[in-house]
Amino acid sequence: MLTYILKRIGFMIPMLVGITIICFAVMHLAPGSPTDLQTQMNPRASAELKERLRAMYDLDKPLHVQYGLWVKRLLVLDLGKSFATDRRPVADKIMERLPITIILNILSLLLILAVAIPLGVLSAVHQDSWFDRVVSVFVFVGFAMPTFWLALLLMIFFGVDLGWLPISGIRSLNYEYLAPGAAGWDLVKHLILPVGISAFGGLAGLSRYMRANMLEVIRQDYIMTARAKGLSEFQVVYKHALRNALLPVITILGLSIPGLIGGSVIFETIFAIPGMGQLFYMSVMARDYPTIMGILFIGAILTLLGNLIADVAYAVADPRIRTA
Amino acid sequence: MFSELWKRFLRNRMAFAGGVIVLFLFIVSLLAPWLSPHDPLAIDLKRILAPPSMEHWCGTDQLGRDVLSRMIWGAGISLKVGFVATGIAVIIGALLGALAGYYGGWWDAVIMRFVDMMLCFPTFFLILAVIAFLDPSIWNIMIIIGATGWMGITRLVRADFMSLKERDFVMAARVMGAGDARIIFRHILPNAMTSILVAATLGVAGAILTESALSFLGIGVQPPTPSWGNILTAGKDNIDIAWWLSLYPGLAILITVLGYNLLGEGIRDALDPRLRGSR
Repeated sequence: MLTYILKRIGFMIPMLVGITIICFAVMHLAPGSPTDLQTQMNPRASAELKERLRAMYDLDKPLHVQYGLWVKRLLVLDLGKSFATDRRPVADKIMERLPITIILNILSLLLILAVAIPLGVLSAVHQDSWFDRVVSVFVFVGFAMPTFWLALLLMIFFGVDLGWLPISGIRSLNYEYLAPGAAGWDLVKHLILPVGISAFGGLAGLSRYMRANMLEVIRQDYIMTARAKGLSEFQVVYKHALRNALLPVITILGLSIPGLIGGSVIFETIFAIPGMGQLFYMSVMARDYPTIMGILFIGAILTLLGNLIADVAYAVADPRIRTA
Repeated sequence: MFSELWKRFLRNRMAFAGGVIVLFLFIVSLLAPWLSPHDPLAIDLKRILAPPSMEHWCGTDQLGRDVLSRMIWGAGISLKVGFVATGIAVIIGALLGALAGYYGGWWDAVIMRFVDMMLCFPTFFLILAVIAFLDPSIWNIMIIIGATGWMGITRLVRADFMSLKERDFVMAARVMGAGDARIIFRHILPNAMTSILVAATLGVAGAILTESALSFLGIGVQPPTPSWGNILTAGKDNIDIAWWLSLYPGLAILITVLGYNLLGEGIRDALDPRLRGSR
């Protein structure tokens, strides 16, 4: 088991190198030099000053040297200083927003699991029933749904028309004055829409995959054996079939993590949630390059970590994998 | 044989519906100059944010422009971005997949590692980051969406090539003296078209969704050029007073993407004889 984990971690290292190379390439897409931002508007900046500025940032060195210097700083998580007016270190700005994004995504993931697995299982068990057909339609609509549109519609319906749910932030303005129970409920009310809609996109995919998996497992010989043994249908389906069908779902969950992280940009922006996605959007609009690159890098790291966890979880669940 | 596939396709009601939707949108975008009741760029400050009426079936936006006309013209924009972006993705993906599948060995290892690395990035993050470094012109958007969406196609084409290159017709072509390039492009690739076609159709759907998300965030198609996404931006800004700006363009996106998805699934069902009874 330990060797499996170590092998997986070892596999991550070339991925990390590749990620840094791609990030570096993206950084150098911008025409012109990064220091232009500081010197363009200044008519008194002589050519010699621009050269000194570029030398100060090591921009006159050859590309591979710049890359090496950048990676060395990455290793100590020095992501540079933001171009925004506050000039704070990028790592600090990300770290104070990262927990919110992670919690939001974990909640979405849990919601997806809680809804998609039963949907998929019941669809498979009652194949071609009206339930199955309704779920199929729902899945197709779910694949095609622009989630930001759904967010807008639900905001209008629940927030503006009915006034049941708040439509921005994660706390109300009077948060500090609420009793603990009411404060908790306030948090929940703020999170219902973002988490729910964020989960909606992943629901369609996972429930469909679950259904296909269950259908395949139910046709296996060992299920026929279980039935022949006289086990109740409930036991056959929910104890034996489900357990086997559930295994690949773990991998799919790992694969949907980048989608969730990327989607958080839209949701955090629409719902004004102070997470990493909103910071990313604001940085893109403000052309705050260090922050953009920092978040891109962190996003890729999160994806790698998520895949690692999914792989380890799969190995825990399925002993056959550990010996491969 | 082709008529057999055509008959199977027609019998699949969902696929047929998808095809109808796709065709309808195609026609709408072609006939936009004649179909749209108003000029999509015509500003009328006397009628800002007017609700739907006989004059403006879908209301007006924050500058008094007719929403329906902008939606009709926006259809063409969305389709254009969808097709070009997917075209780019298919070209990159098919090329890399063919090389990886046909030559195997070192090519395969390097290309698949590259695919894995690209898949580590949340696609949306990557697209936003690249657009931040360039400016959001329509061409840049098309290229970027294409350049971040080729990974799935590469895997499919590679799988096809790996199985197809062992077939007799390839050996026959080699014996007749065909060079590698000829074998890849004239012999194997046409047989891999099925997967590519399905992936391309579904890819157009995805590209349209991505483009509208980018336009919604303000980094896609820029106003005054109409796009379904940037009408929704106005919908968000006026969320409490203009529900029609949020409802109709999003509905258009939903139906379009649904149509392409159904069409893609339908093609897949019609052309894959080994499909099990379950869908």
